[in-house]
Amino acid sequence: MNAFTMKRFASVLLLGTALLMGCEAPPPESVQRGYRGTGMEALYNPETLQALVNANQVPAAIPAVSSEGPKAADIYQNVEVLGHLSVGEFTRLMAAITQWVSPDQGCNYCHVAGEGFEEDTLYTKKVARVMIAMTQNANENWDAHVGGAGVTCYTCHRGNNVPEAVWTIGVPPRHAENMGHTMQNVAHQESSVYTSLPIDPFTPYLLEDGVARAQGDSALPQGHDASIQSTEHIYSLMMHYSDALGVNCTHCHNSRAFGSWEESNSERVKAWHGQQMVKEMNNAYINPTNDWLPDHRQGPLGDAQKVNCATCHQGAYQPLLGANMLADYPNLGALAPAPAPDAAPEVLEEAAPAAMEMETSSLEQGDTAGEAH
Amino acid sequence: MREYQNIFTQVQVAAPDYPGVPIGDEEYNRTSGIIHNHWLGKLGDAQIGPIYLGTLGVFALIAGALAFFIIGMNMFASVNWDPVQFVRQLFWLALEPPPPEYGLTIPPLNDGGWWLIVGALLTLSIMLWWARTFRISRNLGMSNYLAWAFGAAILLYLVLGFIRPILMGSWAEAVPFGVFPHLDWTAAFSLRYGNLFYNPFHMLSIAFLYGSAVLFAMHGATILATSRYGADREIDQITDRGTAAERGALFWRWCMGFNASMESIHRWGWWFAVLTVLTGAIGILLTGTVVENWYLWGMKHGIVPAYPPIEATPVIDPMIGGAQ
Repeated sequence: MNAFTMKRFASVLLLGTALLMGCEAPPPESVQRGYRGTGMEALYNPETLQALVNANQVPAAIPAVSSEGPKAADIYQNVEVLGHLSVGEFTRLMAAITQWVSPDQGCNYCHVAGEGFEEDTLYTKKVARVMIAMTQNANENWDAHVGGAGVTCYTCHRGNNVPEAVWTIGVPPRHAENMGHTMQNVAHQESSVYTSLPIDPFTPYLLEDGVARAQGDSALPQGHDASIQSTEHIYSLMMHYSDALGVNCTHCHNSRAFGSWEESNSERVKAWHGQQMVKEMNNAYINPTNDWLPDHRQGPLGDAQKVNCATCHQGAYQPLLGANMLADYPNLGALAPAPAPDAAPEVLEEAAPAAMEMETSSLEQGDTAGEAH
Repeated sequence: MREYQNIFTQVQVAAPDYPGVPIGDEEYNRTSGIIHNHWLGKLGDAQIGPIYLGTLGVFALIAGALAFFIIGMNMFASVNWDPVQFVRQLFWLALEPPPPEYGLTIPPLNDGGWWLIVGALLTLSIMLWWARTFRISRNLGMSNYLAWAFGAAILLYLVLGFIRPILMGSWAEAVPFGVFPHLDWTAAFSLRYGNLFYNPFHMLSIAFLYGSAVLFAMHGATILATSRYGADREIDQITDRGTAAERGALFWRWCMGFNASMESIHRWGWWFAVLTVLTGAIGILLTGTVVENWYLWGMKHGIVPAYPPIEATPVIDPMIGGAQ
């Protein structure tokens, strides 16, 4: 081997090594999830799996207390969504929520020191009430999505005042005056998972009533008229699902027929119910808080910070890797029993039963967003 | 003696300027400047020029440059004329076709209108360039294989950006101009119409595309390997089969029983290349116009295998039964 050949060989070797540096070290672990040969498998890198496990540890539960004794509503004033708990349970849950949501600020994050606990002075307390009802509603009515594990405040908050992943209605980035913007083809956007796909896939499908179906269900054309553009919106939303759960497309789909339910596994049905659940959360619970939220809790269009898949999942295929935290806090498992008609609490009326009204107002908001598209 | 046993051309002929054959009245169409470059000589001929631009070439370049410029300015506008962001985000940026609500009407400039203008300019540029390949071939006394092959590629371009959108009744069906965005379009197009891999013309196009690459590699390797026996004079050897052609033919006959001839291998290559885009164009043309979902079409015609259900309880569409 002469010097010239040696040099060439060395440079090819060096280049090859440099290119391989960008790869994850093999081998990944794979779990078969569908019929053989369809590529329906979950892939895990043992090195990053440990980090995921560490990030999804459930905090130690506060020792359980008796549900006997006087009810919170009888002892404390202005208790609307947790009045049916015993005083012991109520106090325990308050302590837990402080740990989960405001470990640094403590009780004073929602209650003003020196003022009675019943006062609704701080917006945070009013939000907390809506969020508790939202959690109870998810556990009671969305078994199809959260069944088996349930959700608590910690599922999303993880010690943060506001969960790390929230979203607001998208606005186009700075662009030349008088030029339209297609709300896609923008680099470095987390909402489109760094692709050039649409940057707000949430508004149409997690707030408005967009139906995320690109494919027609007949071999020959029969009037299904989804556009390429709406397909790209769905694609972007699916990238979010995938990114939020830390899974690839084949977690739910057989990639040869993305639209076919027969070829999908039941996780896809669960995801569909999740979409409906999130849509209800955003319309019936989160949007109504908009009126009294301060600016820094709102998006550029003045809308409240909303829920998407990442809010709970945070990179895990099941939030907290499927740990049933609700078992430790069964008080969050169901909505407060319907109160006597004359004492109907204000918030409940605003929240769940008013869903229809809220949807209408979100559609109006949607029109504004639609123009930006 | 130096041989062609290298990834670069090793033999360079240093020759005086050669203006090419006289072409009579159209002489003025050719530039006069000629330069020689040793490094370009490693890849091809070391002589650069004269260029035969002609009226067609001049207008093709003007239309093409305008299209390129308008695409760039639209991308530049989308980052608020920020040169740093223009460079950083270049691969993400695009000039998108009009949104679906416009159908085939003329949209405002800032909402797809520029896309239509660029499409017209680019088409004009390509068609002029095509006419130019035709005319230069004629001037050199060549036949028109090149023009027809280029025409096949243009047909695919027209189907993607013009013919199919018109049949579908919407400019929004067409491809955006942009690096990643046109790839998004490709993926979304396949997703929208039920997986293009089940489109038989897509299958054919892939077969011809990969086949073209294989044939090109086989032919290139054969000629280089037999060049020491004069295979570089392969056109002579179509009629006067020398030892190089003989060895090349024997290699493939011994290898796989059948061998192309010095002439036919070039027809193989030409047809594979042309059929890649022709079958591709047919496949795109049928998508959405006469076939809605290629996967279901494949099911219907028995080209898709059925798999047993994944789970004991069949998975059914949650929207069946009126659920929203």
